[in-house]
Amino acid sequence: MRKILIAGLAITGTAIGAIAYADNHISDAQKAAAVKARQAHMTLYAFNLGTLGGMAKEEIPYDAAAATAAADTIATLAQLPQSGYWLPGTDNGSMENTRALPAIWADGSDVGTKAGDLVTAATAMQTAAATDLDSLKAAMGPLGASCGGCHKGFRQPDE
Amino acid sequence: MKRIILILFIIGCVVAAIGLVITRPQRLQADALSGLTPDADRGRLVYAAMGCASCHMAPGSDDPTRLPGGKSFVTDFGTFYAPNISTDPEHGIGDWTDEQIATAVLRGTSPDNQHYFPVFPYGSYMRGDPSDVADLIAYLRLLEPDQTPSRDHDVGFPFNIRASLGGWKLLFANPDWIVTGDLTEEQERGRLLVEAMGHCGECHTPRNILGGMNTNDWLAGAAIPGQKGRTPDLRAPSLDWSAADIVAYLKTGLTPEYDSAGGEMVDVIANTSQLPDSDLSAIAAYLLVVGAN
Repeated sequence: MRKILIAGLAITGTAIGAIAYADNHISDAQKAAAVKARQAHMTLYAFNLGTLGGMAKEEIPYDAAAATAAADTIATLAQLPQSGYWLPGTDNGSMENTRALPAIWADGSDVGTKAGDLVTAATAMQTAAATDLDSLKAAMGPLGASCGGCHKGFRQPDE
Repeated sequence: MKRIILILFIIGCVVAAIGLVITRPQRLQADALSGLTPDADRGRLVYAAMGCASCHMAPGSDDPTRLPGGKSFVTDFGTFYAPNISTDPEHGIGDWTDEQIATAVLRGTSPDNQHYFPVFPYGSYMRGDPSDVADLIAYLRLLEPDQTPSRDHDVGFPFNIRASLGGWKLLFANPDWIVTGDLTEEQERGRLLVEAMGHCGECHTPRNILGGMNTNDWLAGAAIPGQKGRTPDLRAPSLDWSAADIVAYLKTGLTPEYDSAGGEMVDVIANTSQLPDSDLSAIAAYLLVVGAN
């Protein structure tokens, strides 16, 4: 009986410990890596937007295949699971080298809705990019606006 | 001695009276809008160019046609709240005359002849064109009424003395253009959009201790009141963008590096993205002149 009780307590203790670990023991190294990873994600958006934007500004010739590849990549990026690198405790009040505002994690945050807006705009761009240059140009506005959707209230303006 | 005090007192009263007369709220001429044929369709673009919704939408709203106000502006002088400017006759401006609305926008004077606080950017708007404002009013009258009451500003003594704002206007609200000299028609259009309607200088020009703009540092970038961060310098070489880059940014919010606009500028892009390409090119042409000076 006593053995069972001790075993039970040990299991309970381990479980509580594991939950506490998950909640409170995200190491500084993990947080720093998370910030780097999400900034790399943003860089990939920018790289592919550069292809589409260059065509929209007529700096590079419109090419349906290249435009589609860029749009597909943006749409894929927008739908990747990202919770692994938007960790709690990685806002600009808690860490250096990030402009992510605590509002992202606050109660009632609509960051998920805004992320959904990006998926919608990116999906529309997939169709537009494959159609013609005028369609691509018209889809740049909503796509850029969906970037601003998050950067309006969730990113600290530059110092 | 008594006599000297009495004379000084009388002189003081006369000076104060002259001061109050000089700084009294100004109104538009009664016939300022006569002979104009307001066009609400054009007014929709004027509304976008003047950025009315950015401040008068509900906080957090993305609906530029609902204007209940309520957005807060934290400054060194207190916290201001944008008022309801919907067509509701009680809480908004539904029962104002055209002259009253135009006087508010172009002179910063309320229907009951009070000075508005310059958080309302009349110091920029006063450089604008009455016919644009007539179109704007025609458009505003089409928008939905909203019954949200306007919130009182939270401004302490002495900044809450509205009569003193006449002195502020005398010092800092100037209808003259900032950039003068030989400009092309396109550059002049850009000047109207930037210096007057778009009121870009309100955020992008640094202010002095009394909140007046340092026009010598026109569009040089400034601290953001009540927040960390700065608005960027819009002058070359600090802003090393081509005209095409500026047009693309005002249309999509995307920079030449394909970063995006953030903060308050996101709402500005929501407005500028509605303007015709010719207006965005005009803004770019003007900004390149500012950079070259």
